[in-house]
Amino acid sequence: MSLETLRPSPAFASVLPIEYVDLVEHGPYTNRSGDGSKQTVKVTDMGKFKEVIEEHPMCAGCAMTLFIRLAYIGMPNPEHTIVVGTAGCGRLAISQASVPFIYGNYGDTNAVASGLKRGLEIRFPNQKKDVVVMAGDGGLIDIGFQGLMHSWFRKEKFTTIMLDNEVYGNTGGQESGMTNHGKVLKMAPRGKFGDKIDALGLAKVAGVDYIARLAPTNPARVARTVRRAIMVAREVGHSYIQAYTSCNIEYSIPTPDVMKDAFEIEKERYGFEEIVSPEAKAYLDEVEKKPKTKKTD
Amino acid sequence: MANVKGSSVCRTAVDEGKPADWVPGGEKQTVVDPMEMFHKLPREKLFITGSEAARESMRRANIDIAIAYPITPQSESMQQAGYLYDEGYIKEYYRGEEEIGTFSAISGASRAGVRALTATSGPGLMRGMEAISSWPGARTPIIMLNMCRVINTPLAIQPDNIEMSFLLNTGILLLHAENQQDFYDYPLAAIMASEQVDVTLPAVVSVDGFFCTHARGPVEVTPEEFKLPPRDGWRSAVPAMDNENPPARISRDAPIQKSNFISYHMHASWQQEVFAAVERSAKYFDKYLGGLIEVVNPDAEDFIIASGCAVSQAREAVRQEGEQGRTVGLVKVKSIRPFPTEQIFEAVKGAKRILVPEFNQAGWLHKELCAVLYGRCKAVIKDGPRVFGGMTMPTEMIMEWLAEFRKEVK
Repeated sequence: MSLETLRPSPAFASVLPIEYVDLVEHGPYTNRSGDGSKQTVKVTDMGKFKEVIEEHPMCAGCAMTLFIRLAYIGMPNPEHTIVVGTAGCGRLAISQASVPFIYGNYGDTNAVASGLKRGLEIRFPNQKKDVVVMAGDGGLIDIGFQGLMHSWFRKEKFTTIMLDNEVYGNTGGQESGMTNHGKVLKMAPRGKFGDKIDALGLAKVAGVDYIARLAPTNPARVARTVRRAIMVAREVGHSYIQAYTSCNIEYSIPTPDVMKDAFEIEKERYGFEEIVSPEAKAYLDEVEKKPKTKKTD
Repeated sequence: MANVKGSSVCRTAVDEGKPADWVPGGEKQTVVDPMEMFHKLPREKLFITGSEAARESMRRANIDIAIAYPITPQSESMQQAGYLYDEGYIKEYYRGEEEIGTFSAISGASRAGVRALTATSGPGLMRGMEAISSWPGARTPIIMLNMCRVINTPLAIQPDNIEMSFLLNTGILLLHAENQQDFYDYPLAAIMASEQVDVTLPAVVSVDGFFCTHARGPVEVTPEEFKLPPRDGWRSAVPAMDNENPPARISRDAPIQKSNFISYHMHASWQQEVFAAVERSAKYFDKYLGGLIEVVNPDAEDFIIASGCAVSQAREAVRQEGEQGRTVGLVKVKSIRPFPTEQIFEAVKGAKRILVPEFNQAGWLHKELCAVLYGRCKAVIKDGPRVFGGMTMPTEMIMEWLAEFRKEVK
């Protein structure tokens, strides 16, 4: 999409909804430098620009919603991004962003994204299109496991973001493969039998080029991590982000304590971790240094 | 992508071992009007298998991406698609993880606005059914070749077209090829029909496995230097998922799982539109295939109505009946979806007896015919003979059933 596509014809300007006008005039697209490696809007500017996602029907205090908003801010080129999702809480918010969203079948995200990305490459050989899968832990590690693994092993050039709330939130609180051992949830009346699946370890074995684990405790870091993951997927290979996005309903976290929980879990077992392949590191070093070089010139 | 010049993102043909000056086969072809290809271009007669006929069809179909997953008896055709990729007639190709992954990926490719092809057989079709049944609602033009094979237990690889009955109510366009020639012609017609703006639906071309896929038959093909026009991703009932449209806070694939009347209505009206689009495709198939049905001996009292391989068997039975002085009519149903109700009714309105031989246990074509002819046609519609599990259908069997039928219905 050319950024020009966003700008309405003057004849229509007066009849456009204010929402759209705001997106055109104050959205994350408009003030960019043209260099995709740089974020045009900063997390610290939240509230000062029109986000691609604002309204959503998520539960009050949902950490996943915060993460999703930050992820959209981190996208280097939202006007050339397509998000793929599946059933789960996250899509209730994701589907209301002004970025195209593919709502596929159960657990099909990484297969759909593989075909989509390759199709877009054929149609737009000279325009990079970013494909981002954003789906829950159940959608990716349980029902979508096979597609997830094969997209990793095939080094498909898109990004997978796991919204890990460690439970099937949308269906009412059943344990998932990412639930911790011993946790009592629906369908685990005597406590979860196995351990939390080591998805990061699997990503390492599969040779994913950029792997990151984080909690939404540091908003700027979330946006930066998403941007780095998308940039790596553009040029190097697959990227995977695993984000702790607690379910305050099923885990009975009082709404005011959601961020406190995020900090605690981060400290305990969800600390920020980045695993970057040498190729991805070389690439990131190159693109992230660029602005500095320009300044010194 | 490997066979796409200018792409700087993924691997190139040179990365895959092609010389720098390699020109993909597809780039040496000339685009021709579909009607010109289907009805006017000179044809050369080959003696090839159904899988090879599929290959020659794909070569001329201007396919952007083919995603394969092996299953007997389909594998040979998708291997051939691989060779076409290597020759540069298909721009992108890979083996998917299994059928759910393959058919999900092909829907992703179609959403990107490119021409996408896949193929399967019996159990593979059933495995991928969740994905397949979501294609029409997603309004994704896709071409799928379906080499019919036994499903269910005991497991067998033999020909049997019961799997087609599972596609009848999906909103997919469904053609049934009689022989190798049809398996060359029908995919080309199906692609063009499926990509029309007022259709925008996936299409399946079924053929009876082994009988057609692995046996040779005469196939008249158009010169290989001509190909169909490419898919135009901008020309579609719904926008491609390419982010080339002004943003809107409503997704093309909106989840409508709310429990309120608007959600119910949205789903219902969307489905109505899908099935209306199936009907709208009829005019294109009529044009491309020269009719949705073929009628032999239109004035007969006794008719056989069949699709797929059963048509060939019925044709021979009709010929032998003729030798014995009995005129038997034949209706070949080329298109199962859209179902040519009116054409069939017109063809058999004077009939007294209609026999429906099938290569499956369920008799799905018989049920379809009964449903649409009920109360409109005076003929008795008899279900049989039916063979399945890989059995053949000797013409003698059809003739015995006809003889019996004449005794039953005077």
